[in-house]
Formats: sequence, structure tokens, C-alpha cells
Amino acid sequence: MKLLEINDLHASIDGKEILKGINLEINAGEVHAIMGPNGSGKSTLSAVLVGNPAYEVTRGTIRFNGKDVLAMSPEERSREGMFLSFQYPVEIPGVSMVNFMRAAVNEHRKHRGLPQLTASEFLKLMREKRAIVELDNKLANRSVNEGFSGGEKKRNEIFQMAMLEPTLSILDETDSGLDIDALRIVADGVNKLKTPETSVIVITHYQRLLDYIKPDIVHVLYKGRIVKTSGPELALELEEKGYDWIKKELGE
Amino acid sequence: MTKPSDMNASPERQYVDLFRQVRPMLARHSAPEMDALRDEAFSFFEAKGFPTLKDEAYRYTDLRLKFAIDYGMNLNRLEVKVDPYKAFRCDVPNLSTSLFFVVNDTFCARPEHLTALPSGVELMSLREAAAKHPSLLASRYGKLAGQSQDSLTAFNTAFVEDGVFLYVPDNVVVEKPIQLINVMSSTVDMMANRRILIIIGENAQAKLLVCDHADGEANYLSTQVAEIYVGRNSVFDYYELEETTANTTRVANTYLSQDASSNVLVNGVTLTNGTTRNHVNVMLEGENAEIMLGGIATVDRRQHVDNNTVIQHRVPRCTSHELFKYVLDDEATGAFAGKVRVNPGAQKTSSQQTNKNLCLTKQARMYAQPQLEIYADDVKCSHGATVGQLDENAVFYMRQRGLSKKEAMNLLMFAFVNEVVDFIRMDALKDRLHLLVEKRFRGELDRCGGCSKCKYE
Repeated sequence: MKLLEINDLHASIDGKEILKGINLEINAGEVHAIMGPNGSGKSTLSAVLVGNPAYEVTRGTIRFNGKDVLAMSPEERSREGMFLSFQYPVEIPGVSMVNFMRAAVNEHRKHRGLPQLTASEFLKLMREKRAIVELDNKLANRSVNEGFSGGEKKRNEIFQMAMLEPTLSILDETDSGLDIDALRIVADGVNKLKTPETSVIVITHYQRLLDYIKPDIVHVLYKGRIVKTSGPELALELEEKGYDWIKKELGE
Repeated sequence: MTKPSDMNASPERQYVDLFRQVRPMLARHSAPEMDALRDEAFSFFEAKGFPTLKDEAYRYTDLRLKFAIDYGMNLNRLEVKVDPYKAFRCDVPNLSTSLFFVVNDTFCARPEHLTALPSGVELMSLREAAAKHPSLLASRYGKLAGQSQDSLTAFNTAFVEDGVFLYVPDNVVVEKPIQLINVMSSTVDMMANRRILIIIGENAQAKLLVCDHADGEANYLSTQVAEIYVGRNSVFDYYELEETTANTTRVANTYLSQDASSNVLVNGVTLTNGTTRNHVNVMLEGENAEIMLGGIATVDRRQHVDNNTVIQHRVPRCTSHELFKYVLDDEATGAFAGKVRVNPGAQKTSSQQTNKNLCLTKQARMYAQPQLEIYADDVKCSHGATVGQLDENAVFYMRQRGLSKKEAMNLLMFAFVNEVVDFIRMDALKDRLHLLVEKRFRGELDRCGGCSKCKYE
């Protein structure tokens, strides 16, 4: 069953067109990797999917579970099950992780017609999910991302993913800035959260993360378009040969 | 009720005429120690008039129109008909405080609350204080305020008839915070001139919370002058919390004198209001005195808050911290002026001032004026002022997790002002403020809880 359908998607920022006709379909349960050289539009695609208001969609459609995503606010997209692990998680001084997550989880529950969690239920949930990414209790009690190391921030992203149980997770360069141990913890976390119904888009420059999170399909994004789609072997080939051969194929 | 007359003349005119007309009445209704300063104060006011935008200290707050309103004043001391303990519940309930009221300008206390105060602590009307402690009143009343060149302070001294007197003797620790609720309550437009005199002895401790409420739809104007003396080695907290209406104008002047090694915390919160102008003047008179001066203003619609502060380091080795935060929505305006003056010879002064402001709309305006005057060379002084918007990246981040835009903004605004709430040293007030500030940002503070009739236009 189709979870995400992107059709002829064009998007721009400050009048500059970045995405120039993206077509992409993701079925429930699939893991897709999106690779591509710097500036090809990978992060823009993730931002547009979750409705970052800095970007303007000028053409095309996005459907998620059959619903028109472009008609939804960022928060509605989240509550419908779309999650972005930010490349650069935002520090929010003064807002505690606990309050932030309680508000988020309860919004999601309200959306699904579930009652609000009691304080003790919520803390129990926090404990369980923290264990998945080995996030220290101290971090969970601090302000959102404030003073977190690069690795802690990424673990905190996956912790939030665990709390919200999205059906589509977009990992935007979740491997950047991670040492090999942190990478494994983060990847293990993602794998533990994977179910046959949930899908993942992994945006990365490197094969390294894909050793842990195995993609079903690999796409190459270049100059705002998906120019190549293949199996997991494509990622290995890119790791080995770079992008020049693809550019050649495109006649550049 | 006595009404100022002749509305068409300059705003000063009606008060000048009124003063002459009611001068004998003012004398009859006030303590001789208060009446003694009246004529001089009146002459000063008459010569200077109301402040205009040309006065540096009032550059952003024009009060003349507010004074032009035809208010009634209860100069005849008509008795307050309501029992405030029954009629008003403050929105800071469950504070384990000793609770007292000032209705318009009249002090109201239940005997059982008074007897609950530690022995030697005196809380009463100024009039009563004149009978019981004439020498204290004579030596302290008007002495700090009298050093000021402020015409509205003089206006208050000229018209005030009564007020509140708090005296904590040497070596007495008042454990329970004392709460004083100022209520403006009238069916017609009303002006009240309030006065507070606080004397904290040596090695003493006390905490006072003063809440301002306004009842109903009438136009109110209150002038308040507080004089606070804090003795050697004493610790005193002075909190002010305003939750009034769009039709209320508050003009408060607070003069604080600190002796050696005293530690004072002054924190003023404006949650809802009309037009507010607070002036706090801190005189550090003894070495190693420490002042923490803070404030929060949450304003929207066309509300206006001006906090004008002066900290005078008169002797060496004193410390001052200042932290003011404003959140301005709609077409609200805010002003903050923070003057820190380090006198010649006040070496080893440490002073830090921070003023941070959020403008939520393009129409909201904030005027920030940090001002350092340093006449000593071995000091550590810093200041910083910022005016900005909410972090859009943070708002988006939170929306991506499912929070509505409004909720995300609320959490951010809440976090923003919490820095000021967190240095409050009265736990019940801190908890209550967390809740009130949250309610304020959610728009649920349109009515101040107990004052059932009170709401915005």
C-alpha cells in the first residue's frame, strides 16, 4: 500500500527553485535512501515534506496515506504520522524536554482520539523510550537540546521519534557529526522502532549509515530531480565511484 | 466624592483648584507628619506640572491625558462598604500569606491576621502609625521620596491622606510572607493616592507581596509612593503583581534605601493592565549591600508598561543585578530605562543589567534605554538590551513534533519570562506565577479570578 506519493514536486526558497519535479513513491514498510551531492536538494525535500514555512511549493502534489499533505499545517502532518529527524536540531532554552514531549505526545493522542496520559504513565513512557537510544535521564530533564553534544542531539531526535511512533520517519543526515558508537546506537534505535507498517527515508552522504539501516531502494537526487533509482547496491557503487559517472550518464 | 472641576483647562488646573479647595479637609483626614510635607510638595507640583514627553524620565509615557479624566477622589474618607475579605479573592490563592487589603486608598485588616504577625511587627494604616510611632513616622516619612525631583511623587505627597505602614524591628524574622492587595473598586471613575512606608530594622527578614487589582469597568488612576528602608544585615523581598484592567492607570514610585550588607529583592510583574509607569529608585547606602531588581511585563492590545529604574551605588563594594523581560503583542508598547549610577569612590562596585524583549507583532513597540554613569575606576559593570522576535526555527521544530503554532509560541514565551520568575524567593508565588503567566499567554487571564466583574473592553 502506498504511504507516500510525491508527484512533480517543485519548491523554491527566496524565489530560487531548488526542487524541480520530484517523483517518488514509498510503500508502507519500505526503507528508502536518498543520496546525492551537496546542494542537490535533499534537505529541501525533507523540509518541504514536513511543511517548513521557509519553502514555497510552486507545483506538484504530495499525498500521505492518500491525504493531501500540502493542505496540512506542519503540526497536522506530524500528528498524521510524519516525523523529521532534523539535521540541525534546534536548541530551545527554558523549555524542558519533559514538558515539550508531554505536550507533543498528548497532541498526538488527542488527534487519535485517545485520552491524555497521566503524569505517571507519561514518565513511564519516557523511561521506556529513553532506553531505546540510551539517552541519559539528565538530558531528558534539561531544556530541549540545550548544551547537548552533537551525538546527544541526534540521539534525542530518535528518542522523540520513539515517543511519537511515526509511520514515516525522515532522517536528514542523522549520521553527520556522529562517532561510530553513537552512530550504532542511533541506527539500532531506528531499527528497533521499525515495524512492517512504518517507512523510513534516510538522507545521507555515506554508505556507513546504510550498513546499519538497510535500504530497500536507493535514489540519487541531483539538481532538484531524482535522476537514478536502484537497489541497495547503488549506495555501494556511489561510495566507491562518487557521483561523476552519474553526471556523465546525464550527459554533463 | 469630591470631583476636580473645570475639565477644559490644562490637566494640572483642576488639581491645583481642587487642592486649594480641599486643603483643610486633607489636613483633617491625615496624620500631622504627612500633612507637614503637603504644601511644599504641592508647590513643587504646581511649579513643575505633570511630566511631558520632553522629560527624560517620561519620554515614552504621556500621562497627562490620563490625569485629564474627571476622576472622583474619596477625600472625605467615606467608609469602604464592602468587606474585601469577602468580596475579593486574589488570583494568587493558597499563598500561605498574611492577607491585608487596601481598598482604593484605605487599609483594611482583620484583627486575626494582625495578631498572627510575629511580636513587634507592626502593620497598620499610616494614620494609626502616627499615633503609635510618631517619631518613626516623622523621621522617615517623605524622606526618601522628598529627594526626588519627580512631580508625580510630589502630587502623591500633596494629595495622599493615608496608606500602609510596615515595621519589622531589629532581629525579627517574619517567616510568613505578607500579602497586601490593592483593589480599585468604584462604580464611577476614581483616583486613589496610596502611600506605603516600610521600615525593616537590622538583622531582620521579611517578604511582602503587593497585588494590584481593579474591579469593574470604571476608569481608575492610582498613584503610589512606597518608601522602603532596609537596615544592616537584613533581607527583604518586595514583590508587586499587577492584574488590572485596560481602563486602569498605575503610577508607582518606589524609593528604596539599603544599609550595609542588606540583601533586597524587588520584582515587579505586570500581567494585565492599561497604562503602567513604575519607577524604582534604589539607593545603596552601606557597603556590601546587594539588590536584585527584576520585572516582567506581558502586554497586548494597546496596553503600555514603562519600568523606569535607577540604581545608585553610593558606597564601595555593593552589588546590583537587574533583569527585565517584556513580551509585547498586538499594538502594545513597552519602555525600560535602567540607569546605574556609580558614585565617585564607590570602588569594587559590581553591576549587571539585562533587558530582553519580545515583540510578537510588527506593530508592537519597545523602547529600551540602558544607561550607565560611572564615576569610579575599579568597578565591574555590564549591561545588555535586546529586542527581538520568537525564534522561528524553534517554533517550527515544535510544530514538527505536533504542537500547534500557538502552543509552541506559548512555551517559548513562557520559557522567556521564566528566567525572571525563577529568581523569586517565595515558592508559592513562583508556582503561582508559572501558572498565571501560562494562563496569560493562553488568553485565559481576561478576568482576574475573584474580581468577577472585571474584564477587558
